[in-house]
Amino acid sequence: MKSLLQKKSTRNNLITYGAVIVFYAVFQTLATTGSLKSLYKGLLVPICAYVILAVSLNLTVGILGELSLGHAGFMCIGAYSSVIFSLATHETIKSDFLRFLLALIIGGVCAAIFGIIIGVPILRLSGDYLAIVTLAFGEIIKNICNVLYIGYDSNGFQVGIKDSSVQLAEDGKMILKGAMGASDIPKDSTFTIGIILVLITLFVVFNFVDSRAGRAVMSIRDNRIAAQSTGINITKYKLLAFTISSFFAGIAGTLYAHNYSILTTKKYDYNTSIAILVFVVLGGMGNIRGSIIAALILTVLPEILRGFSEYRMLIYSVVLIAMMIYNSSPKLQGIKEKYSIKRILDAKKRAKALGENEKEAE
Amino acid sequence: MSMALLETKNLGISFGGLKAVSDFNLTIEKGQLYGLIGPNGAGKTTIFNLLTGVYKPTEGMAELDGEVITGKSPVEICKHGVARTFQNIRLFKDLTVLDNVKVGLHNNYKYSLLDGIFRTPKYFKTEKAMNEKALELLKVFDLDNEAQFLAANLPYGKQRKLEIARALATEPKLLLLDEPAAGMNPNETQELMDNIRFIRDEFDMTILLIEHDMRLVSGICEEVTVLNFGQVLAQGETAQVLNDPAVIKAYIGE
Ligand SMILES: Nc1ncnc2c1ncn2[C@@H]1O[C@H](COP(=O)(O)OP(=O)(O)OP(=O)(O)O)[C@@H](O)[C@H]1O
Ligand SMILES: [Mg+2]
Repeated sequence: MKSLLQKKSTRNNLITYGAVIVFYAVFQTLATTGSLKSLYKGLLVPICAYVILAVSLNLTVGILGELSLGHAGFMCIGAYSSVIFSLATHETIKSDFLRFLLALIIGGVCAAIFGIIIGVPILRLSGDYLAIVTLAFGEIIKNICNVLYIGYDSNGFQVGIKDSSVQLAEDGKMILKGAMGASDIPKDSTFTIGIILVLITLFVVFNFVDSRAGRAVMSIRDNRIAAQSTGINITKYKLLAFTISSFFAGIAGTLYAHNYSILTTKKYDYNTSIAILVFVVLGGMGNIRGSIIAALILTVLPEILRGFSEYRMLIYSVVLIAMMIYNSSPKLQGIKEKYSIKRILDAKKRAKALGENEKEAE
Repeated sequence: MSMALLETKNLGISFGGLKAVSDFNLTIEKGQLYGLIGPNGAGKTTIFNLLTGVYKPTEGMAELDGEVITGKSPVEICKHGVARTFQNIRLFKDLTVLDNVKVGLHNNYKYSLLDGIFRTPKYFKTEKAMNEKALELLKVFDLDNEAQFLAANLPYGKQRKLEIARALATEPKLLLLDEPAAGMNPNETQELMDNIRFIRDEFDMTILLIEHDMRLVSGICEEVTVLNFGQVLAQGETAQVLNDPAVIKAYIGE
């Protein structure tokens, strides 16, 4: 029995990977054959970034059970650190692929380091306090990035928080110009890379959740006191989940930032943090596939609704409310359960397993 | 000569001005089945909290196998070999029954984070061993058929048993059970008594249990301590203590 059910969770994950790959195949074909409006084509990379953000935030909110409102802050760190790297090495590293690979690692690692630094003090807090502090963190990061001036010349790098504090020689080049941000960013992000990153994120998160460490994290979520009496190191596992979550937010930030030639902090404010949280809540806490679907629908929807101009936000809100009701109403969930393909498949499987058991008994 | 597994010396704690427990002395030998009884609010659960590091004592100390455990964190005390259940059940309710026990196995079956993410052979080998061990423990409580249920969906009596299975998974030397029969019907209580005896005999376990059900206490505990207003009222062989007029008076009140 146990092996049967373990296969079931693996099968569920495989379905998710499969759906992502099918999505990729369809839209990549549409994009290359020119059947996709350029508006939607432009959405492909952001969708991947939002999916990664939603899945990684779900690790903090759904799996660890802590409310974080600063996910865009980690995205911001990933975006800025990787863009600085890409601009600084634009001339030296000739291979776009290698440079972007390094940029992704740098974006993820920098965000993860910040995750650890701020996680150590704040993970002692819980509930509303944690939400407030993460919100503040996100805004602080955004505001710091907004006043950074970074440039380099033959003498090396210069960093300042005022225009005048960075004095470059003749051959110098500015990377970050305060509120003006960065420009001429190499547009290294592609839909293909985005999908690969989505798959990597899913692989890590699924396997993490279904492992010794993931169980420890979920035990803390379900009952902190029981978890520590059972020998689970609360701080260690909270920090671990939070750091992995930050790492992937940094990766998403890198992906997102390298999709445009200009980088400013505007995108990385609390509105984005809340939007990502909405994906997670509507997709179902702890439900990774739900996060993906919610991120997809809610990213595409506002664009589709552009045609309805003034009714756009109205329709958007109605969809939000409808998804919320659908997710929280036991009656609707009951209907969903009853008619889901999964259930029908399970019933068949159970019948088959029963048959096998009987055979064994003989 | 048998050796003391648990020894408390003048253990006590006050909350503000209130002395919840004071001068608590208790010696439990290896393999004993020991009862801790007393009226509501006597301080029984508080003693469990002191022994498991949830509270730090304001006086006295406790030793397990000759090592001082008071002052250590709950995680350290668990690793030292004290496991417990809770009066108000505390399961990991959104995990399966099997996974609840596997969390208990966490410190005894290890593989690294990367083994888990990259699914190395070590991951599969360890997980398999964990599943086997967990199912073996669940079988003791006749819970193996519900292994894949969510813990929250178990009936009340089974939830209590699952908590014991989870505690046993940490491979403790001393098992603390806080009102294990609370909310159980007479049939379930009878099964539970058999389970507790079985654990003691098969796992060589030492068990300290809090219980209001006197049938259970007199049925399985060799010795008891009676607590009243945070102090020891009587201590000794179960039948004798339960017939002590002072104990009867404390229970019935005046
Ligand atoms: N954290 C705390 N803060 C303040 N007072 C506490 C605390 N924990 C326990 N107490 C007090 O200590 C006393 C003993 O409580 P305890 O829970 O140990 O009783 P008990 O013997 O387990 O009772 P019951 O049979 O009802 O479970 C009570 O008066 C309780 O109010
Ligand atoms: Mg109590």
